[in-house]
Amino acid sequence: MSTNTLATCLIWLAALFVTAVFVCLLADIISQGLTGLSWSYLIEPPQDAGRAGGIGSIIVSTGLILLVAIATSAPLGLATAILLTEFSTQKSTFAQFVERSLDVLSGIPSIIFGLFGNAFFCIYLGLGFSILSGGLTLACMALPILIRTATEGLRAVPNDYRLSAAALSMTRTSALIHLLVPAATPALVAGLMLGIGRAGAETAALIFTSGYVDRMPDSVMDSGRALSVHIYDLSMNVAGGDAKANSAALVLIILLFVINSVSSFLANHWMHKRIIHL
Amino acid sequence: MKPLFIDSKMRLDPAEHKVPNDSYTLGPIQAGEPCCIPKTLFSIKNLSLHYGTKPALKNVSLDIYEGCITALIGPSGCGKTSFLSTLNRLTDMLPDCKVTGDIQFNGNDLRDPSVDVLGLRRDIGMIFQKPVPFLLSIRRNIELPLREHGITKQSEVDSIVQQVLQDVGLWEEVKDRLESSALALSGGQQQRLCIARALALKPKVLLMDEPCSALDPISSAVVEDLITSLRGRYTVIIVTHNLAQAKRIANYAGFFWVSDRAGCLIEFGQCKQVFEAPVHELTAAYVDGSRG
Ligand SMILES: Nc1ncnc2c1ncn2[C@@H]1O[C@H](COP(=O)(O)OP(=O)(O)OP(=O)(O)O)[C@@H](O)[C@H]1O
Ligand SMILES: [Mg+2]
Repeated sequence: MSTNTLATCLIWLAALFVTAVFVCLLADIISQGLTGLSWSYLIEPPQDAGRAGGIGSIIVSTGLILLVAIATSAPLGLATAILLTEFSTQKSTFAQFVERSLDVLSGIPSIIFGLFGNAFFCIYLGLGFSILSGGLTLACMALPILIRTATEGLRAVPNDYRLSAAALSMTRTSALIHLLVPAATPALVAGLMLGIGRAGAETAALIFTSGYVDRMPDSVMDSGRALSVHIYDLSMNVAGGDAKANSAALVLIILLFVINSVSSFLANHWMHKRIIHL
Repeated sequence: MKPLFIDSKMRLDPAEHKVPNDSYTLGPIQAGEPCCIPKTLFSIKNLSLHYGTKPALKNVSLDIYEGCITALIGPSGCGKTSFLSTLNRLTDMLPDCKVTGDIQFNGNDLRDPSVDVLGLRRDIGMIFQKPVPFLLSIRRNIELPLREHGITKQSEVDSIVQQVLQDVGLWEEVKDRLESSALALSGGQQQRLCIARALALKPKVLLMDEPCSALDPISSAVVEDLITSLRGRYTVIIVTHNLAQAKRIANYAGFFWVSDRAGCLIEFGQCKQVFEAPVHELTAAYVDGSRG
């Protein structure tokens, strides 16, 4: 057998293995979770610590937490990425310092973020156990990955665009708005997706910040239980909660999938309208 | 911020693009000859340029005359592009690029930090070696810089778009698909779009970096005719590897060469003299086509 065929086989095996793991996982969750899934399950509040009832209030809390996280991390992340790429050179001490810090931050375990969020948002800023604290903590967690992908996206835009725009006497700001950010949109959306993916699947950071309360939240200042926390709680702390945990896990997966599809659709649609083909 | 240039009456109407060659006010036009009484627009003295510590240009001194076409020739890597980018201060955008020396533009110091760079770049348009169409529709490519400069009336914008696209011979090819992506154009069409985009701002000076290198002979001829028709109203500095073209269209010619790892200007003079009676032997060899 030539090295070439061997390499081909290995590559196929690896691909097969990865796909198989994914399919098994999905099949397991679907087979165990699908039976418990119904319309009423999605809208009713949980009862008996989640053993009965639905996850209506939990979906709302999760949505609010993610919304807070996206609304704060997206503009902050984009602004930082723009500062790093367009208003400082890659070699400057400032940029290097910020990027090193972000690398370190992205490797920090989520439970540390949880403790930090608890100390800073809940106690120091006095936000208490609330959806706001949880969302802000998630934003901190998502920021490094968001900034990294956004920076790479902006850096990948050829310098020719900047020079051409300048030669046409356009200001830096308008070159950014009209040319650079649109050209980097796919990367920005991908970064946001990765960030949300990380945030949406987060448990440890939320236990300390948005709390356990499974009531329907009245505002973002209320404590709210996220789906991932609910799943954790059902499978670890509630005897006989496994079936419901599987259903909730299925909902979480579907939710992340939907967010992913919608945002890439929006990005495509938006770019199509502006006639941008990359 | 002080404006470098000049009274706005000098800006020309797009309608005037159609004025026939012989009615220019600046005197008779003849290729190879100075087109008018030479009036210095750029006066460049001892210009040097470094990328980091690596020299790219050394002690370049020359005058660029208003209303004339100046051709810059020379082998690859001798700093022609770098030279052009010092004239519209595009070198400011390159972080490790250092420029020294003196450039007078219309009697003012062009390198003065207080110069209004945006205004300067509006007066001095540039066309790049490689076309850079923006990721926008054909129309938006021209419209965007126009709107930047306060030309927002739709009828006015539309007429300028049509006018400049006609000037570069692109109108017939794209008039039915102005809303489609500029990236779908061929390389040569993209280059002509970029020329049109620069013309739309009605600059007074055009820096053209090998504008015809990606063009077929027909569109190359269109662009060449366009450049010739600009003579008298625009000051054009054109870098070209096509010696025959330089000879045909230029009034003045400069020959760059690399010596001691840095580009320098070997010879500068009237086009006819540089091509037919070069003083320097390197120039003679280069225009003969035997070197470089
Ligand atoms: N941004 C840059 N950073 C570092 N060095 C550069 C940069 N741009 C150009 N150079 C160097 O400066 C020298 C002159 O380059 P320039 O692009 O001005 O040459 P040119 O005469 O335009 O060549 P060509 O005819 O191939 O376009 C070259 O040696 C090149 O490697
Ligand atoms: Mg060049």
